[in-house]
Amino acid sequence: MSNIHQKTWNILLIVVLGGLILGLPLFLGKYYLHFFIMIFFFAFLGSAWNILGGYAGQFSFGHAAFFGTGVFTSTLLQIHAGVNPWIGMLLAGIAGMGLGLFIGFLSFRYGLRGPYFALAMLALAEMLKLIAIEWMTSRYPLGITIPLRGDSLLYFQFRDKVPYYYISFLMMAGALFLTRFIEVRKIGSYFKAIRENESAAEALGINVFRYKLIAMAISAFLTAVGGTFYSQYYLNIEEESAFGAGISIEILMGPIIGGAGTVFGPLLGAGILEFLSETTRNFLGGYSGVHLMIYGAVLVFVIIFLPHGIMGGLQETFRKITKGQTKT
Amino acid sequence: MNFPGLPLLLQSIVSGILMGGVYSLVAIGLTLIFGVMQIINFAHGSLMMLGMFTTYWLYVLMGVDPYLSLLFSIPICFVLGLLIERFLITPVLDAPAHNQLLLTLGLSLFIENLALFLWSPNFRTLDIPYLQTAVTVGTVMISFPKLVAFFFALLLTAFLYYFLKNTDLGKAIRAASMEREGALTVGINLRWVYCLAFGIGTACVGAAGTLSAPFFYVNPSVGGIFVITAYVVVVFGGMGNFIGALVGGLIIGVAESVGAAFFPGQLKKFIIYFIFILILLFKPEGIFGRRSE
Repeated sequence: MSNIHQKTWNILLIVVLGGLILGLPLFLGKYYLHFFIMIFFFAFLGSAWNILGGYAGQFSFGHAAFFGTGVFTSTLLQIHAGVNPWIGMLLAGIAGMGLGLFIGFLSFRYGLRGPYFALAMLALAEMLKLIAIEWMTSRYPLGITIPLRGDSLLYFQFRDKVPYYYISFLMMAGALFLTRFIEVRKIGSYFKAIRENESAAEALGINVFRYKLIAMAISAFLTAVGGTFYSQYYLNIEEESAFGAGISIEILMGPIIGGAGTVFGPLLGAGILEFLSETTRNFLGGYSGVHLMIYGAVLVFVIIFLPHGIMGGLQETFRKITKGQTKT
Repeated sequence: MNFPGLPLLLQSIVSGILMGGVYSLVAIGLTLIFGVMQIINFAHGSLMMLGMFTTYWLYVLMGVDPYLSLLFSIPICFVLGLLIERFLITPVLDAPAHNQLLLTLGLSLFIENLALFLWSPNFRTLDIPYLQTAVTVGTVMISFPKLVAFFFALLLTAFLYYFLKNTDLGKAIRAASMEREGALTVGINLRWVYCLAFGIGTACVGAAGTLSAPFFYVNPSVGGIFVITAYVVVVFGGMGNFIGALVGGLIIGVAESVGAAFFPGQLKKFIIYFIFILILLFKPEGIFGRRSE
């Protein structure tokens, strides 16, 4: 197949898929819209995690630290200083990035690796949660509610779910494009080199410290931006859903299951997880925590049988098949 | 920050030491598993919770005395640990460290939420009159169940120490933790040693669960409260260091309890995490160094 031919096919595929996704809200009820918003949203957060964890190989168990920073930055700015939530979203990203650079600087400067980095991030998120609890209990014991302004694109508030659907889709698409952009450029190769063998990467002349920080900055920025989307979607925030360990786990589950270090892994993982959680909620709605039980089982299964996630497993099988063909 | 008087300070030090005994037992289980297999067991807290529920249900359904239930919780957790090691940990022994961490994370998600499904998130307590008693020494009040927990924890630790130092199996476990290849060459069956180490580690935390149930509440997420402190203890004492975990448990227990007298509310936990990050960054081999036995 010629190159041009391939390109037309790709464009056609994108147009058809894009049209399908853009037209979907016309046929979907509220319930399914929410379902898709959650898929896009967690695919977005998963992609953010993926840049640091999947590509640069620095597994964080505490991305809720950045997420919560985003949630609180835009909300507090909006309530106390009247800052527009869209500008708040940008500032939230910058605040998250600042925090990421701070903890990244400390961790990477002092050579925190593998599980130790993961645990330090977890501790950071828990510390921020405790500060938030301490600060909130006297001021906002019932959580912070963002004042309603009706339907307004300017104020990032909508009665209907459709606008949130498009916004979350755009955010996810942006994150996926960014991931692809990084993957095919030098910086992506640097990230992967660091992931595979840090000392070898250093020996090749890659500034490991600097590129780890870059991965951290991008990842933290995006995660915090996701935090603002979350607060504008629910219009009510509290400590546990911002800084809780549950958020950190949900953020990393998608890419781990779908395939860390692949562009579409986070999307595939988020789709599977949302599907599982919705179906269990439908069948066993009365019991809290059942979907988390299933998440746990899926995580154990994937780590044992598909250590590189579903995308990784698919790529491996594909490689085996093509290899088999060349041999015969 | 408020400044406590001397009696309160004394009281906090004593309760800190008593709690520290339980932390030590939890941490020893964790550090044993890490020392032998280089695995940070995220599911340690869930296994402790299972130990607590074993005690709780044995008392509620059959009237078994909570301390007598050690005879059940220790073997149950031991066997559970063996099975977990054999079927879940063995396949990922050669996987990257973060995947091992994720596996135990998945396991803990599963166990905790299964418990939530079966037993609801309600807070349960053992309602036995003799557990409410306390011994008074001067101005210091010592709660009876905490005192018992402390002594049992020390006793079990001493027993385990003797086992590791003086029996062939114990020596095999220590050999495997010091030099994996060397242990293999002298004919130690590493697969068995791993199984055993994980089983013993789980039995430790199960026993700690049973010992805490009389003075704490029992619910599916309770294990995390103890185990987060135990992570700090393990890092503080040096990952894989048995004595470090024992002494570290006591020190962190006192630090937490005295800290609570100075700092109200959530801040005492904040300090624990803060210490944790500081040690990880600046003294990752722990205060007592790595495996100095």
